[in-house]
Amino acid sequence: MRLTLAWREALWAFVFLAIPLAFFLYFRILPAFQALWLSLYEWHADPSQRRFVGLEHYARLLEDPVLRRALFNTLLYTLLGIPSQIALGLVIALLLQRVPFGRDFFRAIYFAPYVTPAVAVAWVWSWMLSPHFGLVNELLALLGIPPQPFLQSPSQALPTVTWVVVWQNLGFQVVLFLAGLESIPRQYYEAARIDGAEGWRLFRHITWPLLNPVLVFSVVIGTIGYLQLFTQVVNLNFTDQGGPLNSTLTLALYIYQLAFLRFQLGYAATVTVLLFALILLITLVQLKLLTRRVEL
Amino acid sequence: MKAKNRLTGFLVLLLLLLGGSVMVLPFLWMVLTSFKPFPELFELRFLPREPTLENYRVVLGETGFMRWFGNSLLVASLTTLSVLFFDSLAGYTLARLRFPGKNLVFILILSTLMVPTEMLVIPWYVMSAEKGWINTYWGLLFPGFITAFGVFLMRQFFETLPQDLFDAGRMDGLSEFGVFWRIGLPLVRPALAALGIFTFLGNWNAFLWPLIVVQTPEMRTLPVGIALFSGEAGTAWNLIMAASSLAVLPVLLVFFFFQRQIIEGVVLTGVKG
Repeated sequence: MRLTLAWREALWAFVFLAIPLAFFLYFRILPAFQALWLSLYEWHADPSQRRFVGLEHYARLLEDPVLRRALFNTLLYTLLGIPSQIALGLVIALLLQRVPFGRDFFRAIYFAPYVTPAVAVAWVWSWMLSPHFGLVNELLALLGIPPQPFLQSPSQALPTVTWVVVWQNLGFQVVLFLAGLESIPRQYYEAARIDGAEGWRLFRHITWPLLNPVLVFSVVIGTIGYLQLFTQVVNLNFTDQGGPLNSTLTLALYIYQLAFLRFQLGYAATVTVLLFALILLITLVQLKLLTRRVEL
Repeated sequence: MKAKNRLTGFLVLLLLLLGGSVMVLPFLWMVLTSFKPFPELFELRFLPREPTLENYRVVLGETGFMRWFGNSLLVASLTTLSVLFFDSLAGYTLARLRFPGKNLVFILILSTLMVPTEMLVIPWYVMSAEKGWINTYWGLLFPGFITAFGVFLMRQFFETLPQDLFDAGRMDGLSEFGVFWRIGLPLVRPALAALGIFTFLGNWNAFLWPLIVVQTPEMRTLPVGIALFSGEAGTAWNLIMAASSLAVLPVLLVFFFFQRQIIEGVVLTGVKG
Protein backbone atom coordinates (compact mmCIF):
# COMPACT_ATOMS: atom_id res chain seq x y z
CA MET A 1 0.00 0.00 0.00
CA ARG A 2 2.80 2.47 0.94
CA LEU A 3 4.71 1.55 -2.16
CA THR A 4 1.76 2.14 -4.44
CA LEU A 5 1.13 5.53 -2.83
CA ALA A 6 4.74 6.54 -3.41
CA TRP A 7 4.53 5.36 -7.00
CA ARG A 8 1.29 7.21 -7.52
CA GLU A 9 2.92 10.44 -6.33
CA ALA A 10 5.96 9.92 -8.57
CA LEU A 11 3.72 9.18 -11.52
CA TRP A 12 1.77 12.41 -11.02
CA ALA A 13 5.03 14.33 -10.67
CA PHE A 14 6.15 13.11 -14.07
CA VAL A 15 2.77 13.94 -15.61
CA PHE A 16 2.97 17.48 -14.22
CA LEU A 17 6.57 17.92 -15.33
CA ALA A 18 6.25 16.34 -18.78
CA ILE A 19 5.45 19.53 -20.71
CA PRO A 20 7.84 21.84 -18.80
CA LEU A 21 10.65 19.31 -19.04
CA ALA A 22 10.10 18.76 -22.78
CA PHE A 23 10.05 22.53 -23.22
CA PHE A 24 13.35 23.08 -21.38
CA LEU A 25 15.05 20.22 -23.19
CA TYR A 26 13.84 21.23 -26.66
CA PHE A 27 13.87 25.05 -26.50
CA ARG A 28 16.66 25.74 -24.02
CA ILE A 29 19.16 22.92 -23.59
CA LEU A 30 19.16 21.55 -27.14
CA PRO A 31 19.60 25.06 -28.69
CA ALA A 32 22.46 25.81 -26.28
CA PHE A 33 24.29 22.73 -27.57
CA GLN A 34 23.32 23.61 -31.13
CA ALA A 35 25.01 26.99 -30.67
CA LEU A 36 28.19 25.17 -29.63
CA TRP A 37 27.88 22.86 -32.63
CA LEU A 38 27.19 25.76 -35.02
CA SER A 39 30.35 27.50 -33.84
CA LEU A 40 32.36 24.68 -35.40
CA TYR A 41 30.77 25.10 -38.85
CA GLU A 42 30.83 27.56 -41.70
CA TRP A 43 27.12 28.31 -42.03
CA HIS A 44 25.15 27.85 -45.24
CA ALA A 45 21.37 27.91 -45.74
CA ASP A 46 21.68 24.59 -47.61
CA PRO A 47 22.66 21.96 -45.00
CA SER A 48 24.76 20.00 -47.51
CA GLN A 49 26.96 23.07 -48.07
CA ARG A 50 27.83 23.57 -44.39
CA ARG A 51 31.54 23.07 -43.87
CA PHE A 52 33.19 21.83 -40.67
CA VAL A 53 35.89 24.31 -39.67
CA GLY A 54 36.82 23.05 -36.21
CA LEU A 55 38.18 25.78 -33.98
CA GLU A 56 38.82 28.26 -36.79
CA HIS A 57 36.12 30.63 -35.54
CA TYR A 58 37.67 30.59 -32.09
CA ALA A 59 41.02 31.55 -33.60
CA ARG A 60 39.24 34.35 -35.47
CA LEU A 61 37.87 35.65 -32.13
CA LEU A 62 41.43 36.40 -31.06
CA GLU A 63 42.25 38.36 -34.22
CA ASP A 64 38.99 40.20 -34.85
CA PRO A 65 39.50 43.92 -34.05
CA VAL A 66 35.73 44.60 -34.16
CA LEU A 67 35.10 41.87 -31.61
CA ARG A 68 37.84 43.30 -29.41
CA ARG A 69 36.12 46.68 -29.64
CA ALA A 70 32.68 45.19 -28.85
CA LEU A 71 34.08 43.32 -25.84
CA PHE A 72 35.93 46.40 -24.59
CA ASN A 73 32.80 48.56 -24.99
CA THR A 74 30.60 46.00 -23.24
CA LEU A 75 32.95 45.89 -20.24
CA LEU A 76 33.19 49.70 -20.23
CA TYR A 77 29.37 50.00 -20.20
CA THR A 78 29.33 47.68 -17.19
CA LEU A 79 32.10 49.50 -15.35
CA LEU A 80 30.48 52.90 -15.93
CA GLY A 81 26.86 51.87 -15.49
CA ILE A 82 26.87 49.63 -12.41
CA PRO A 83 28.66 52.01 -9.99
CA SER A 84 26.57 54.95 -11.27
CA GLN A 85 23.21 53.26 -10.82
CA ILE A 86 24.17 51.81 -7.46
CA ALA A 87 25.46 55.12 -6.08
CA LEU A 88 22.49 57.12 -7.39
CA GLY A 89 20.04 54.40 -6.34
CA LEU A 90 21.40 54.32 -2.80
CA VAL A 91 21.35 58.12 -2.44
CA ILE A 92 17.76 58.32 -3.66
CA ALA A 93 16.66 55.43 -1.44
CA LEU A 94 18.24 57.15 1.60
CA LEU A 95 16.51 60.41 0.66
CA LEU A 96 13.16 58.63 0.23
CA GLN A 97 13.55 57.15 3.70
CA ARG A 98 13.85 60.65 5.15
CA VAL A 99 11.32 62.55 3.06
CA PRO A 100 8.62 64.13 5.29
CA PHE A 101 5.76 63.40 2.86
CA GLY A 102 5.01 62.16 -0.67
CA ARG A 103 7.21 59.08 -0.41
CA ASP A 104 5.01 56.77 -2.52
CA PHE A 105 4.62 59.52 -5.09
CA PHE A 106 8.37 60.01 -5.50
CA ARG A 107 8.99 56.29 -5.52
CA ALA A 108 6.52 55.93 -8.40
CA ILE A 109 8.13 58.82 -10.31
CA TYR A 110 11.58 57.26 -10.06
CA PHE A 111 10.29 53.81 -10.92
CA ALA A 112 8.16 54.75 -13.94
CA PRO A 113 10.96 54.61 -16.56
CA TYR A 114 11.71 51.01 -15.55
CA VAL A 115 8.31 49.77 -16.77
CA THR A 116 8.23 51.74 -20.03
CA PRO A 117 9.37 50.10 -23.28
CA ALA A 118 13.13 50.54 -23.76
CA VAL A 119 12.60 51.14 -27.49
CA ALA A 120 10.35 54.16 -26.90
CA VAL A 121 12.60 55.47 -24.13
CA ALA A 122 15.62 55.28 -26.44
CA TRP A 123 13.85 57.26 -29.18
CA VAL A 124 12.73 59.92 -26.69
CA TRP A 125 16.31 60.34 -25.45
CA SER A 126 17.63 60.28 -28.98
CA TRP A 127 15.42 63.34 -29.67
CA MET A 128 16.34 65.00 -26.34
CA LEU A 129 20.05 64.52 -27.11
CA SER A 130 19.90 65.56 -30.74
CA PRO A 131 22.84 67.96 -31.41
CA HIS A 132 20.51 70.30 -33.32
CA PHE A 133 17.42 71.56 -31.50
CA GLY A 134 17.68 68.81 -28.87
CA LEU A 135 16.30 69.85 -25.48
CA VAL A 136 19.46 68.94 -23.55
CA ASN A 137 21.64 71.23 -25.64
CA GLU A 138 19.05 74.02 -25.33
CA LEU A 139 19.16 73.64 -21.54
CA LEU A 140 22.97 73.60 -21.58
CA ALA A 141 22.90 76.81 -23.62
CA LEU A 142 20.92 78.47 -20.81
CA LEU A 143 23.85 77.64 -18.51
CA GLY A 144 26.32 79.04 -21.05
CA ILE A 145 27.67 75.60 -22.07
CA PRO A 146 28.33 75.13 -25.83
CA PRO A 147 26.26 72.43 -27.65
CA GLN A 148 27.58 68.89 -27.35
CA PRO A 149 27.51 66.22 -30.10
CA PHE A 150 26.55 63.44 -27.59
CA LEU A 151 25.52 60.35 -29.62
CA GLN A 152 27.29 61.55 -32.75
CA SER A 153 30.72 61.80 -31.17
CA PRO A 154 32.91 58.68 -30.88
CA SER A 155 34.14 59.81 -27.46
CA GLN A 156 30.78 60.91 -25.97
CA ALA A 157 28.45 58.29 -27.44
CA LEU A 158 29.19 55.42 -25.05
CA PRO A 159 28.83 57.43 -21.82
CA THR A 160 25.64 58.95 -23.27
CA VAL A 161 24.11 55.52 -23.96
CA THR A 162 25.17 54.46 -20.46
CA TRP A 163 23.33 57.47 -19.02
CA VAL A 164 20.09 56.45 -20.78
CA VAL A 165 20.39 52.89 -19.43
CA VAL A 166 21.15 54.15 -15.90
CA TRP A 167 18.17 56.53 -16.14
CA GLN A 168 15.92 53.60 -16.98
CA ASN A 169 17.36 51.15 -14.42
CA LEU A 170 17.52 53.61 -11.54
CA GLY A 171 14.00 53.00 -10.22
CA PHE A 172 14.59 49.27 -9.91
CA GLN A 173 17.76 49.95 -7.95
CA VAL A 174 15.96 52.44 -5.67
CA VAL A 175 13.16 49.99 -4.92
CA LEU A 176 15.63 47.22 -4.09
CA PHE A 177 17.62 49.47 -1.74
CA LEU A 178 14.45 50.76 -0.07
CA ALA A 179 13.37 47.19 0.67
CA GLY A 180 16.87 46.46 1.96
CA LEU A 181 16.88 49.54 4.20
CA GLU A 182 13.47 48.69 5.62
CA SER A 183 14.61 45.20 6.59
CA ILE A 184 17.35 46.58 8.88
CA PRO A 185 15.99 46.40 12.44
CA ARG A 186 15.54 49.81 14.14
CA GLN A 187 17.12 48.49 17.34
CA TYR A 188 20.55 48.31 15.69
CA TYR A 189 20.49 52.07 15.12
CA GLU A 190 19.11 52.77 18.60
CA ALA A 191 21.78 50.64 20.24
CA ALA A 192 24.52 52.34 18.20
CA ARG A 193 23.14 55.78 19.11
CA ILE A 194 23.29 54.91 22.79
CA ASP A 195 26.94 54.06 22.18
CA GLY A 196 27.36 57.57 20.76
CA ALA A 197 27.47 56.77 17.02
CA GLU A 198 26.02 59.39 14.66
CA GLY A 199 25.43 60.07 10.98
CA TRP A 200 28.22 58.75 8.83
CA ARG A 201 29.35 56.13 11.38
CA LEU A 202 25.84 54.69 11.55
CA PHE A 203 25.87 54.37 7.78
CA ARG A 204 29.40 52.96 7.62
CA HIS A 205 28.99 50.34 10.36
CA ILE A 206 25.30 49.37 10.19
CA THR A 207 23.56 50.38 6.96
CA TRP A 208 26.36 49.51 4.53
CA PRO A 209 27.27 46.04 5.87
CA LEU A 210 23.62 45.02 6.30
CA LEU A 211 22.84 46.13 2.74
CA ASN A 212 25.51 43.76 1.46
CA PRO A 213 23.12 41.04 0.17
CA VAL A 214 21.09 43.62 -1.80
CA LEU A 215 24.34 45.08 -3.10
CA VAL A 216 25.70 41.74 -4.31
CA PHE A 217 22.35 40.93 -5.93
CA SER A 218 22.25 44.34 -7.66
CA VAL A 219 25.78 44.02 -8.98
CA VAL A 220 25.18 40.54 -10.38
CA ILE A 221 21.77 41.21 -11.95
CA GLY A 222 23.03 44.55 -13.24
CA THR A 223 26.19 43.05 -14.74
CA ILE A 224 24.27 40.32 -16.54
CA GLY A 225 21.96 43.02 -17.94
CA TYR A 226 24.82 45.26 -19.12
CA LEU A 227 26.63 42.31 -20.73
CA GLN A 228 23.52 41.78 -22.90
CA LEU A 229 22.97 45.44 -23.78
CA PHE A 230 21.22 45.65 -27.16
CA THR A 231 17.89 47.48 -27.42
CA GLN A 232 19.07 50.92 -26.29
CA VAL A 233 22.23 50.78 -28.42
CA VAL A 234 20.24 49.91 -31.55
CA ASN A 235 17.56 52.54 -31.08
CA LEU A 236 19.63 55.45 -29.79
CA ASN A 237 21.64 55.55 -33.00
CA PHE A 238 19.34 53.76 -35.42
CA THR A 239 20.90 54.93 -38.68
CA ASP A 240 24.42 53.97 -37.55
CA GLN A 241 23.83 51.11 -35.09
CA GLY A 242 26.85 50.60 -32.85
CA GLY A 243 28.44 53.75 -34.23
CA PRO A 244 29.89 56.24 -34.65
CA LEU A 245 32.98 54.20 -35.62
CA ASN A 246 31.89 51.20 -33.52
CA SER A 247 32.18 53.34 -30.40
CA THR A 248 28.87 52.06 -28.94
CA LEU A 249 28.97 48.53 -30.41
CA THR A 250 28.22 45.79 -27.84
CA LEU A 251 28.71 42.02 -27.97
CA ALA A 252 24.97 41.44 -28.35
CA LEU A 253 24.67 43.91 -31.23
CA TYR A 254 27.75 42.43 -32.95
CA ILE A 255 26.20 38.97 -32.63
CA TYR A 256 22.98 40.28 -34.19
CA GLN A 257 24.83 41.96 -37.06
CA LEU A 258 26.99 38.90 -37.78
CA ALA A 259 24.07 36.47 -37.70
CA PHE A 260 21.20 38.39 -39.24
CA LEU A 261 22.74 41.05 -41.46
CA ARG A 262 25.79 39.15 -42.74
CA PHE A 263 24.42 35.61 -42.21
CA GLN A 264 27.68 34.38 -40.65
CA LEU A 265 25.73 32.24 -38.20
CA GLY A 266 28.71 30.03 -37.39
CA TYR A 267 30.98 32.85 -36.28
CA ALA A 268 28.07 34.63 -34.56
CA ALA A 269 27.44 31.45 -32.55
CA THR A 270 31.11 31.51 -31.52
CA VAL A 271 30.69 35.03 -30.13
CA THR A 272 27.62 33.85 -28.17
CA VAL A 273 29.79 31.15 -26.60
CA LEU A 274 32.14 33.90 -25.41
CA LEU A 275 29.18 35.82 -23.97
CA PHE A 276 27.97 32.66 -22.23
CA ALA A 277 31.44 32.13 -20.72
CA LEU A 278 31.41 35.71 -19.36
CA ILE A 279 27.97 35.23 -17.75
CA LEU A 280 29.01 31.88 -16.31
CA LEU A 281 32.05 33.54 -14.74
CA ILE A 282 29.87 36.25 -13.15
CA THR A 283 27.46 33.64 -11.78
CA LEU A 284 30.30 31.67 -10.20
CA VAL A 285 31.74 34.81 -8.62
CA GLN A 286 28.23 35.55 -7.28
CA LEU A 287 27.97 32.12 -5.65
CA LYS A 288 31.35 32.68 -4.01
CA LEU A 289 30.43 36.14 -2.74
CA LEU A 290 26.98 35.10 -1.52
CA THR A 291 28.39 32.35 0.67
CA ARG A 292 30.23 34.90 2.81
CA ARG A 293 27.59 37.60 2.94
CA VAL A 294 26.39 39.17 6.14
CA GLU A 295 23.30 37.32 7.34
CA LEU A 296 20.37 39.43 8.49
CA MET B 1 16.36 70.43 17.15
CA LYS B 2 12.96 70.84 15.56
CA ALA B 3 14.16 73.62 13.27
CA LYS B 4 17.10 71.46 12.18
CA ASN B 5 14.72 68.58 11.36
CA ARG B 6 12.56 70.87 9.30
CA LEU B 7 15.60 72.12 7.40
CA THR B 8 16.75 68.54 6.60
CA GLY B 9 13.22 67.65 5.48
CA PHE B 10 13.19 70.65 3.19
CA LEU B 11 16.60 69.80 1.69
CA VAL B 12 15.58 66.17 1.15
CA LEU B 13 12.42 67.28 -0.61
CA LEU B 14 14.35 69.72 -2.78
CA LEU B 15 16.85 67.07 -3.89
CA LEU B 16 14.08 64.56 -4.65
CA LEU B 17 12.21 67.15 -6.69
CA LEU B 18 15.36 67.94 -8.63
CA GLY B 19 16.04 64.27 -9.37
CA GLY B 20 12.34 63.65 -10.03
CA SER B 21 12.25 66.33 -12.70
CA VAL B 22 15.09 64.54 -14.52
CA MET B 23 12.90 61.42 -14.49
CA VAL B 24 9.75 63.25 -15.66
CA LEU B 25 11.20 65.69 -18.18
CA PRO B 26 11.72 63.15 -21.02
CA PHE B 27 8.09 62.01 -20.75
CA LEU B 28 6.88 65.60 -20.68
CA TRP B 29 9.03 66.54 -23.68
CA MET B 30 7.80 63.45 -25.54
CA VAL B 31 4.15 64.42 -25.06
CA LEU B 32 4.71 68.12 -25.84
CA THR B 33 6.63 67.31 -29.03
CA SER B 34 3.89 64.92 -30.13
CA PHE B 35 1.43 67.85 -30.35
CA LYS B 36 3.71 70.09 -32.42
CA PRO B 37 3.53 70.61 -36.19
CA PHE B 38 6.83 69.81 -37.94
CA PRO B 39 8.18 73.41 -38.32
CA GLU B 40 7.79 74.04 -34.58
CA LEU B 41 10.39 71.35 -33.80
CA PHE B 42 13.05 73.87 -34.71
CA GLU B 43 11.73 76.71 -32.58
CA LEU B 44 12.95 77.20 -29.06
CA ARG B 45 9.60 76.82 -27.34
CA PHE B 46 8.57 74.47 -24.61
CA LEU B 47 4.83 74.46 -25.29
CA PRO B 48 3.40 73.91 -28.79
CA ARG B 49 2.33 77.23 -30.39
CA GLU B 50 -0.40 75.66 -32.52
CA PRO B 51 -1.08 72.26 -30.92
CA THR B 52 -2.22 69.63 -33.43
CA LEU B 53 -3.50 66.06 -33.40
CA GLU B 54 -2.19 65.52 -36.93
CA ASN B 55 0.81 63.45 -35.70
CA TYR B 56 -1.50 61.03 -33.91
CA ARG B 57 -3.73 60.85 -36.97
CA VAL B 58 -0.71 59.88 -39.12
CA VAL B 59 0.59 57.29 -36.66
CA LEU B 60 -2.81 55.71 -36.05
CA GLY B 61 -4.12 56.08 -39.58
CA GLU B 62 -1.15 55.55 -41.88
CA THR B 63 0.92 52.93 -40.07
CA GLY B 64 0.11 49.49 -38.68
CA PHE B 65 0.20 50.89 -35.15
CA MET B 66 -3.10 49.36 -34.00
CA ARG B 67 -2.07 46.01 -35.42
CA TRP B 68 1.34 46.17 -33.65
CA PHE B 69 -0.39 47.08 -30.40
CA GLY B 70 -2.74 44.12 -30.85
CA ASN B 71 0.13 41.77 -31.68
CA SER B 72 2.01 42.80 -28.54
CA LEU B 73 -1.11 42.45 -26.42
CA LEU B 74 -1.76 38.97 -27.81
CA VAL B 75 1.83 37.74 -27.44
CA ALA B 76 2.30 39.19 -23.95
CA SER B 77 -1.08 37.88 -22.68
CA LEU B 78 -0.74 34.35 -24.03
CA THR B 79 2.84 34.09 -22.79
CA THR B 80 1.86 35.34 -19.35
CA LEU B 81 -1.03 32.86 -19.02
CA SER B 82 1.19 29.99 -20.10
CA VAL B 83 4.04 31.03 -17.79
CA LEU B 84 1.69 31.38 -14.81
CA PHE B 85 0.20 27.93 -15.33
CA PHE B 86 3.28 25.89 -16.23
CA ASP B 87 5.78 27.67 -13.96
CA SER B 88 3.55 27.25 -10.93
CA LEU B 89 2.75 23.63 -11.82
CA ALA B 90 6.44 22.79 -12.22
CA GLY B 91 7.37 24.80 -9.13
CA TYR B 92 4.69 23.04 -7.10
CA THR B 93 5.81 19.60 -8.27
CA LEU B 94 9.45 20.33 -7.46
CA ALA B 95 8.57 21.72 -4.04
CA ARG B 96 5.88 19.33 -2.79
CA LEU B 97 5.92 15.96 -4.57
CA ARG B 98 8.43 13.18 -3.97
CA PHE B 99 9.84 11.37 -6.98
CA PRO B 100 13.15 9.90 -8.14
CA GLY B 101 15.42 12.28 -10.07
CA LYS B 102 13.93 15.39 -8.49
CA ASN B 103 17.26 17.14 -7.90
CA LEU B 104 18.44 16.33 -11.40
CA VAL B 105 15.32 17.88 -12.93
CA PHE B 106 15.69 20.95 -10.75
CA ILE B 107 19.35 21.46 -11.61
CA LEU B 108 18.58 20.92 -15.29
CA ILE B 109 15.95 23.68 -15.26
CA LEU B 110 18.04 26.00 -13.09
CA SER B 111 21.10 25.62 -15.33
CA THR B 112 19.19 27.12 -18.27
CA LEU B 113 19.10 30.43 -16.36
CA MET B 114 22.76 30.95 -17.19
CA VAL B 115 22.30 30.66 -20.95
CA PRO B 116 21.89 34.16 -22.44
CA THR B 117 19.09 34.75 -24.97
CA GLU B 118 21.71 35.82 -27.52
CA MET B 119 23.07 32.28 -27.52
CA LEU B 120 19.62 30.79 -28.12
CA VAL B 121 18.27 33.12 -30.82
CA ILE B 122 20.58 31.73 -33.52
CA PRO B 123 19.47 28.08 -33.07
CA TRP B 124 15.84 29.28 -32.62
CA TYR B 125 16.14 31.06 -35.95
CA VAL B 126 17.58 27.99 -37.68
CA MET B 127 14.85 25.84 -36.12
CA SER B 128 12.14 28.31 -37.17
CA ALA B 129 13.47 28.50 -40.71
CA GLU B 130 13.40 24.72 -41.02
CA LYS B 131 9.92 24.34 -39.56
CA GLY B 132 8.29 27.36 -41.20
CA TRP B 133 7.82 29.31 -37.96
CA ILE B 134 9.40 32.53 -39.28
CA ASN B 135 6.94 35.43 -39.34
CA THR B 136 4.19 33.51 -37.51
CA TYR B 137 2.55 34.04 -34.11
CA TRP B 138 3.86 30.65 -33.02
CA GLY B 139 7.35 31.85 -33.95
CA LEU B 140 6.91 34.93 -31.76
CA LEU B 141 5.48 32.90 -28.89
CA PHE B 142 7.39 29.65 -28.55
CA PRO B 143 10.57 30.85 -26.80
CA GLY B 144 8.64 32.32 -23.85
CA PHE B 145 6.02 29.72 -22.88
CA ILE B 146 7.81 28.61 -19.72
CA THR B 147 10.57 30.37 -17.77
CA ALA B 148 13.21 28.86 -15.50
CA PHE B 149 13.14 31.97 -13.33
CA GLY B 150 9.40 31.53 -12.69
CA VAL B 151 9.73 27.82 -11.88
CA PHE B 152 12.46 28.68 -9.39
CA LEU B 153 10.40 31.51 -7.87
CA MET B 154 7.21 29.44 -7.53
CA ARG B 155 9.14 26.52 -6.01
CA GLN B 156 10.51 28.90 -3.34
CA PHE B 157 6.98 29.99 -2.45
CA PHE B 158 5.42 26.52 -2.45
CA GLU B 159 8.19 25.30 -0.14
CA THR B 160 7.17 27.71 2.60
CA LEU B 161 3.63 26.26 2.90
CA PRO B 162 2.80 23.74 5.65
CA GLN B 163 2.39 20.12 4.50
CA ASP B 164 -0.79 19.61 6.59
CA LEU B 165 -2.81 21.71 4.15
CA PHE B 166 -1.95 19.44 1.24
CA ASP B 167 -2.53 16.25 3.27
CA ALA B 168 -5.92 17.56 4.33
CA GLY B 169 -6.79 18.15 0.69
CA ARG B 170 -5.90 14.58 -0.18
CA MET B 171 -7.99 13.30 2.77
CA ASP B 172 -10.93 15.23 1.37
CA GLY B 173 -10.56 13.25 -1.83
CA LEU B 174 -9.03 15.89 -4.08
CA SER B 175 -7.01 14.59 -7.02
CA GLU B 176 -3.29 15.43 -7.19
CA PHE B 177 -4.11 18.16 -9.69
CA GLY B 178 -6.96 19.34 -7.46
CA VAL B 179 -4.57 19.69 -4.54
CA PHE B 180 -2.34 21.93 -6.65
CA TRP B 181 -5.18 23.91 -8.23
CA ARG B 182 -7.56 24.32 -5.26
CA ILE B 183 -5.13 24.43 -2.34
CA GLY B 184 -1.67 25.34 -3.62
CA LEU B 185 -2.41 28.10 -6.11
CA PRO B 186 -4.69 30.29 -3.95
CA LEU B 187 -1.98 30.37 -1.28
CA VAL B 188 0.70 31.77 -3.58
CA ARG B 189 -1.40 34.50 -5.13
CA PRO B 190 1.08 37.34 -4.36
CA ALA B 191 3.85 35.40 -6.08
CA LEU B 192 1.60 34.72 -9.07
CA ALA B 193 0.72 38.41 -9.34
CA ALA B 194 4.40 39.37 -9.23
CA LEU B 195 5.42 36.75 -11.77
CA GLY B 196 2.54 37.74 -14.04
CA ILE B 197 3.48 41.43 -13.98
CA PHE B 198 7.14 40.66 -14.63
CA THR B 199 6.38 38.29 -17.49
CA PHE B 200 3.88 40.61 -19.13
CA LEU B 201 6.22 43.60 -18.99
CA GLY B 202 9.17 41.57 -20.23
CA ASN B 203 7.23 40.33 -23.26
CA TRP B 204 5.52 43.65 -23.92
CA ASN B 205 8.93 45.33 -24.10
CA ALA B 206 10.85 42.46 -25.79
CA PHE B 207 12.86 43.50 -28.82
CA LEU B 208 15.64 41.10 -29.88
CA TRP B 209 13.71 37.94 -30.80
CA PRO B 210 10.67 39.71 -32.36
CA LEU B 211 13.10 41.76 -34.48
CA ILE B 212 14.61 38.53 -35.78
CA VAL B 213 11.50 36.41 -36.33
CA VAL B 214 9.20 39.10 -37.77
CA GLN B 215 9.58 39.88 -41.46
CA THR B 216 6.45 41.69 -42.60
CA PRO B 217 4.95 44.94 -41.17
CA GLU B 218 1.68 43.30 -40.06
CA MET B 219 3.47 40.78 -37.81
CA ARG B 220 5.51 43.41 -35.91
CA THR B 221 5.14 43.76 -32.17
CA LEU B 222 4.94 47.27 -30.75
CA PRO B 223 8.68 47.73 -29.97
CA VAL B 224 9.71 46.45 -33.41
CA GLY B 225 7.03 48.57 -35.08
CA ILE B 226 8.09 51.71 -33.22
CA ALA B 227 11.78 51.15 -34.00
CA LEU B 228 11.31 50.55 -37.74
CA PHE B 229 8.70 53.30 -38.10
CA SER B 230 10.96 55.78 -36.31
CA GLY B 231 13.90 54.72 -38.45
CA GLU B 232 11.87 55.58 -41.57
CA ALA B 233 10.50 58.83 -40.11
CA GLY B 234 14.01 60.32 -40.02
CA THR B 235 13.88 63.78 -38.43
CA ALA B 236 10.07 63.90 -38.15
CA TRP B 237 10.49 63.83 -34.38
CA ASN B 238 6.89 64.97 -33.88
CA LEU B 239 5.68 61.72 -35.49
CA ILE B 240 8.21 59.61 -33.60
CA MET B 241 7.16 61.21 -30.31
CA ALA B 242 3.48 60.62 -31.09
CA ALA B 243 4.23 56.92 -31.69
CA SER B 244 6.36 56.76 -28.52
CA SER B 245 3.61 58.45 -26.49
CA LEU B 246 1.08 55.90 -27.73
CA ALA B 247 3.44 53.10 -26.66
CA VAL B 248 4.44 54.61 -23.31
CA LEU B 249 1.26 56.19 -21.96
CA PRO B 250 -0.87 53.00 -21.62
CA VAL B 251 1.99 51.38 -19.69
CA LEU B 252 2.36 54.42 -17.43
CA LEU B 253 -1.41 54.53 -16.87
CA VAL B 254 -1.53 50.88 -15.78
CA PHE B 255 1.57 51.44 -13.67
CA PHE B 256 0.15 54.41 -11.77
CA PHE B 257 -3.08 52.49 -11.08
CA PHE B 258 -1.31 49.42 -9.72
CA GLN B 259 1.96 51.02 -8.61
CA ARG B 260 1.90 49.54 -5.10
CA GLN B 261 1.30 45.98 -6.35
CA ILE B 262 3.82 46.36 -9.17
CA ILE B 263 6.60 47.72 -6.97
CA GLU B 264 5.94 45.17 -4.25
CA GLY B 265 5.97 42.49 -6.95
CA VAL B 266 9.38 43.65 -8.11
CA VAL B 267 10.70 43.49 -4.55
CA LEU B 268 9.18 40.05 -4.07
CA THR B 269 10.73 38.59 -7.23
CA GLY B 270 13.96 40.52 -6.72
CA VAL B 271 14.55 39.43 -3.16
CA LYS B 272 13.28 35.87 -3.49
CA GLY B 273 14.68 35.18 -6.93
